[in-house]
Amino acid sequence: MVQNIIDVRNLSKSFDISSKEPGLKGTIKHFFRRQTKSLKVIKDISFKIKAGEIVGFLGANGAGKTTILKMLCGLIYPSEGSILVSGYLPFRRKENFLKNITLIMGQKQQLIWDLPPIESFYLNASIYDLDKFEAKKRIKKLSEMLEIDEELFIPVRKLSLGQRMKSELLAALIHEPNILFLDEPTLGLDINAQRNLRKFLQKYNRETNATICLTSHYMKDITSLCKRVICVHEGAISYDGKLDLLLKKLSPVKEISIVCRSEDDAIKLENSGFTVKNKIKNEITIKIENNSITSSLKTILNNFDIVDLFINEPPIDEIIGKVLIKKDYDI
Amino acid sequence: MLEYRVEIALWAISGVIPFFMLNIWTNNNLNESINISDVMLSRYFLCAFFVRQFSVVWVVFSFEEDSLMGKVSPYLIQPLNPFFRYFAQHLAEQITRFPFALIIVFFFFIFNPESIWIPNLGLLLLSIVSTFLSFLIQFLIQSIVACLCFWTEKASSIERLLFIPTLFLSGLLAPVVSFPSYVKSWIYLTPFPYLIDFPANLLSGNETNISGGLSMQILWISLLFPLFKKIWSEGTKKYTAMGS
Repeated sequence: MVQNIIDVRNLSKSFDISSKEPGLKGTIKHFFRRQTKSLKVIKDISFKIKAGEIVGFLGANGAGKTTILKMLCGLIYPSEGSILVSGYLPFRRKENFLKNITLIMGQKQQLIWDLPPIESFYLNASIYDLDKFEAKKRIKKLSEMLEIDEELFIPVRKLSLGQRMKSELLAALIHEPNILFLDEPTLGLDINAQRNLRKFLQKYNRETNATICLTSHYMKDITSLCKRVICVHEGAISYDGKLDLLLKKLSPVKEISIVCRSEDDAIKLENSGFTVKNKIKNEITIKIENNSITSSLKTILNNFDIVDLFINEPPIDEIIGKVLIKKDYDI
Repeated sequence: MLEYRVEIALWAISGVIPFFMLNIWTNNNLNESINISDVMLSRYFLCAFFVRQFSVVWVVFSFEEDSLMGKVSPYLIQPLNPFFRYFAQHLAEQITRFPFALIIVFFFFIFNPESIWIPNLGLLLLSIVSTFLSFLIQFLIQSIVACLCFWTEKASSIERLLFIPTLFLSGLLAPVVSFPSYVKSWIYLTPFPYLIDFPANLLSGNETNISGGLSMQILWISLLFPLFKKIWSEGTKKYTAMGS
């Protein structure tokens, strides 16, 4: 039986936020009598993650996804509740815990800006107590997986965003962590770079059985990497479960566009009992429930003269968009 | 690379306050009041320049910027206190500054040939140790102030307050021996005279209490280090990882 590597119970986090009215009057008032209020950004959440799982955290901006990741890796201190990651309390930042995890933030970098990435890699290697031989071996292996070699010797400031992101990944993975916390790792990357990064993460997960917690606003990252998603809405969990179940629940029907041989065939099809979305001459679009798609298509192909047929998947962004604005999903 | 070399050279030149002070002192014959010869005074300010070059600290500014921009976050989840990075950066820059400081010393001796002297080897070694201890004291003081970022966000403003006593009481503007006796006894209880005055006197061969000075440096380090650890441990609980 696979063990839980992350165990979160009744976790909450509050921040003290001060507010200021605009203008000079507001500034003076703010200086002498600052008004602060406590804002609960994470509200009593609980979940468990098994070793080797890839879990996507979904939520609108400000929902609390990144705050959860920051607490899981020990960067910020929880206000209430308990977190156990790999058997450690993250906020204590014990050496053995830190050697087991990594955090990659799409918009932040740890590479030394004026030096080639290879210098940062060797620095990280010594921070994680790797000898030079082992460091060299790992840099070679990871740079092959990430398809970067010449870039290792070019100052970071001269690298493209994609090259920099790959180098960031290498720097963050040189100690071969068991748990990866990725906060929007594909932010700002072009389509090819995004695809390559996803392929790399899949391979890394396959080869090392690492647990990956991921937040991303790119649905492709979530659908191609995560079987399980945790949806966060205003600091609370609105859904925790399999992604395909969520998609089926939110999008129970598929649209089929059919081009018939003649308009008469289209009219016959229109009157045959299917739910019709629209019809233009010999082209007709019908809606079919997911669980009867095979039998319905068989009937159509056997009984009507069909020239062409398309199954339109509803855009995933639209479906997930529904999750981000709803408080609770009971599936 | 040229801009980096120029930057380092400018950094080295920016520490020439002791030479301006030497000029003020000698032109006004102020040294007569404290029974220090012109030669010994010029050696003192040269050594003050040298000590300053290898003990200057700016960690509060680096940490404040990194903290406010969220750059500290990746360092915090590594098994190494982020202040070691700043410590290493300071040491690396000190090594880089060394040749520029030597060039300035060379020109100083060209214009002041009477001040040329070869320091006693034992005193030279002790002054190197003392300069390093001075650097440690300043690094710890600034690191403690830098940790206030976790509460105030603008810790550098507090550092500016500390800059005033550092400037006046460290021996950068005047040797501490020139202060009235009743003031001096108080000054020697603070960490400031052990930042510049003590190592500079040691290196220049002026009369100074070597064991007393080194002991006070070690005492201040042993007081400041646990304070830094405590404030760091409390501060990181307040860290909100803003900007990331």
